[in-house]
Amino acid sequence: MKALRKIFDNIKPYVEEGGKFHAFRSLVDGFETFAFVPNQTSRVGSVNIHDAIDSKRIMSFVVIALIPALLFGMYNVGYQNALAAGALESTSCWAMFWYGFLAVLPKILVSYIVGLGIEFVVAQWKNEEIQEGYLVSGIIIPMIVPVTLPLWMLALAVAFSVIFAKEIFGGTGMNIFNPALITRAFLFFSYPAAMTGDNSVWVSQSKILGAGYDVVSPDALSGATPLGMAAQDSFAGFDCNTIHDAIVGLIPGSIGETSVIAIAIGAVILLWTGIASWKTMLSVFVGGAATGYLLQALGLTEIQWYEHLVLGGFAFGAVFMATDPVTSCRTECGKYVYGLLIGFVAVLVRVLNPGYPEGMMLAILLMNLFASLIDYCFVQRNISMRAKRATK
Amino acid sequence: MAKVIKLRKGLDINLKGKAVEETASVSCPGEYALVPDDFTGMKPKVVVKEGDAVKVGDALFVDKLHPEVKFVSPVSGTVSQVERGDRRKLLSIRVKPDGKQDAKEIDVKGDIKVLLAESGLFAFIRQRPYDVVANPEDTPKAIFISAFNSMPLSQNFEYVLKGQEKEFQAGISALSKIAKVHLGISAKQTNSALTGAKDCEVTVFEGPAPAGNVGVQINHVDPINKGEIVWTLGAEEVIFIGRLMTTGKVDLTRTIALAGSEVKAPKYYKMLVGQKLTTLLENNVNLEDSRVINGNVMTGVKTTPDGFLAAHATEVNVIPEGNHADEFMGWIMPRFNSFSTSRSYFSWLLGKKKEYTIDARIKGGERHMIMSGEYDRVFPMDIYAGYLVKAIITGDIDRQEALGIYEVAPEDFALAEFVDSSKLELQRIVREGLDILRKENA
Repeated sequence: MKALRKIFDNIKPYVEEGGKFHAFRSLVDGFETFAFVPNQTSRVGSVNIHDAIDSKRIMSFVVIALIPALLFGMYNVGYQNALAAGALESTSCWAMFWYGFLAVLPKILVSYIVGLGIEFVVAQWKNEEIQEGYLVSGIIIPMIVPVTLPLWMLALAVAFSVIFAKEIFGGTGMNIFNPALITRAFLFFSYPAAMTGDNSVWVSQSKILGAGYDVVSPDALSGATPLGMAAQDSFAGFDCNTIHDAIVGLIPGSIGETSVIAIAIGAVILLWTGIASWKTMLSVFVGGAATGYLLQALGLTEIQWYEHLVLGGFAFGAVFMATDPVTSCRTECGKYVYGLLIGFVAVLVRVLNPGYPEGMMLAILLMNLFASLIDYCFVQRNISMRAKRATK
Repeated sequence: MAKVIKLRKGLDINLKGKAVEETASVSCPGEYALVPDDFTGMKPKVVVKEGDAVKVGDALFVDKLHPEVKFVSPVSGTVSQVERGDRRKLLSIRVKPDGKQDAKEIDVKGDIKVLLAESGLFAFIRQRPYDVVANPEDTPKAIFISAFNSMPLSQNFEYVLKGQEKEFQAGISALSKIAKVHLGISAKQTNSALTGAKDCEVTVFEGPAPAGNVGVQINHVDPINKGEIVWTLGAEEVIFIGRLMTTGKVDLTRTIALAGSEVKAPKYYKMLVGQKLTTLLENNVNLEDSRVINGNVMTGVKTTPDGFLAAHATEVNVIPEGNHADEFMGWIMPRFNSFSTSRSYFSWLLGKKKEYTIDARIKGGERHMIMSGEYDRVFPMDIYAGYLVKAIITGDIDRQEALGIYEVAPEDFALAEFVDSSKLELQRIVREGLDILRKENA
């Protein structure tokens, strides 16, 4: 530890203003603040003591909360590959996980290298500290795309969203839209063939570094997600196995979204640490369930209300994306409205728009846009209460 | 029966080194100073020269805009230095004591406002909006006094009050001639001088810090609207007024709490306003790598060991500075000894009884406001604290007014600043916002 401290102390003069390697200031600063809690003490005129919480700790815990879903997602990638090759019985769990790991790791690396690279450059340019927000976006992004997505598309989408959804607004804390969802929306509308559910994008079909199987007869593969199937005319309801598989997570889908159990573990971590708002999370589920129930009662769909909650990206979106504190409502009452509307819109898109089997991404992005408006109403209520009090 | 107001929002921080209820004396430090910066929002005009002899209660400087408001010497002696800084800014006026404590005789009959201004006690009255020294030409709609401080390591006023109940009541009675007086007391206080105080309306507050903040009490009892003025006063300063009314002399003696983890035997000391801290800290405090705070750990100002007791300070807190801590990988380590309101640390496990040593580090980098609802948890007023701070940062004065800036003072944001994961300097932001607003409205 002391040796590390010494290394940083030795490097510092070179990256400070006027130093030889000043261009790497943000990089060194970023690593130093990760290695050691800053020793800077509070200035005169501000509070002398501070809570130990900081945005690094918060973001790290969100990443921890995402890990169960990520690990299960890796396993499921291998499982789907083995299933498609018809070799499920002859493949061990570890082999499936190893295959999934090899398939997913490049995506994580590309996402972090491109995203953090831009963050480092921007931080250097603006002479600010590195903001930790991308640590979370960077792991969420690989989890909400199909496993077969080409890496260059991912890199392009990440660059687009970090620059145009985040940095031009002023960085973490100032963005209007969730950067991870903007990445997905960019891919969804620019490369629909690589992103939509009615072909076989959800299942990896070739060997990676000798692991897994080459799927020889892709035609035999259904590959569609349950939601994709439901959007087609031939839908005749799910059987118990589908629901069971959806809860466990052994269905085709974006890498991290399939397992409700793994997502629930993450939800517990986020709620217990108080990082995500239970108000938002709960009301997304309530809104989705109520809308699903209503639409089914009206005869518009055959999908049961609870099926909506466990299929597709609903649970993942509700737990990890709707609760993003920056892009969701900031008033406590607003969080209920915001969550309910996300659930409502997500299920509405799923049921009423046959072109989009999945509505969670669009619902959250739409409500990101309206979050400030919802807040405005509640803040305005406080303002008019104060104005009324003055004239009394 | 007094009205009881229960507050749910807030946070009690359990710090090590609370003062035990025992009063000791401090030897005379040989120098006293009155610092104009302690009296926010006032422009000083010096009325003494170096070498002048002064008595207790003689003016050292006056307010340029309201020369009738005097800022008086706490001791008798000779003016040893008129200390000036950049651009001749008055930093302090120092007085060398003669040890006699000769006090100016003051006739306590007549208009109370004139009497207070003349005696130097008016200078301790603050007004809201803006949290600055009050203007004697105003007529406030009410005067608010909080008889307890809920911040960590703070003075226990009930202990200080013992033996001074008569003066306290005299002070309240005098103030009640100006405007209606509201006294906020804690549910734990039982002294009949507080629960049964006369000439004022007593309200009992129950709940965690910042229940003792006078701003919180105003907000719940009689909130300030635009155009209204409320005066506030520290409870010990009411005793100053009471002493004047009963003896005809100014006596600025406080019973301050010397507290904090770096204090060897935390207890109370009798000190004068402006007294040099050296003799207080000598042998009582571990000064190596420590931060001496003039006032409370939440709201006070860092000072040097040879600083002077600030005008409004009811305690001197000493905590570790922590600038050599080098804590490794704070973002993931368990950090059992760190206090946090977040459950990503373990302080929730260790119960409320565990006492913490918290150093002066910020423990993170400054960020934009990321988390929502953090401030509201410790901000028991019907004000959207986060939105108000944003309005101040963006300089939107209309919105600041609409969101209630006239009701707040920097100290009300102290706990919000403590819990803020984005590490914004809220007290400083609010102070600067109030200063700009005051200038705009002048």
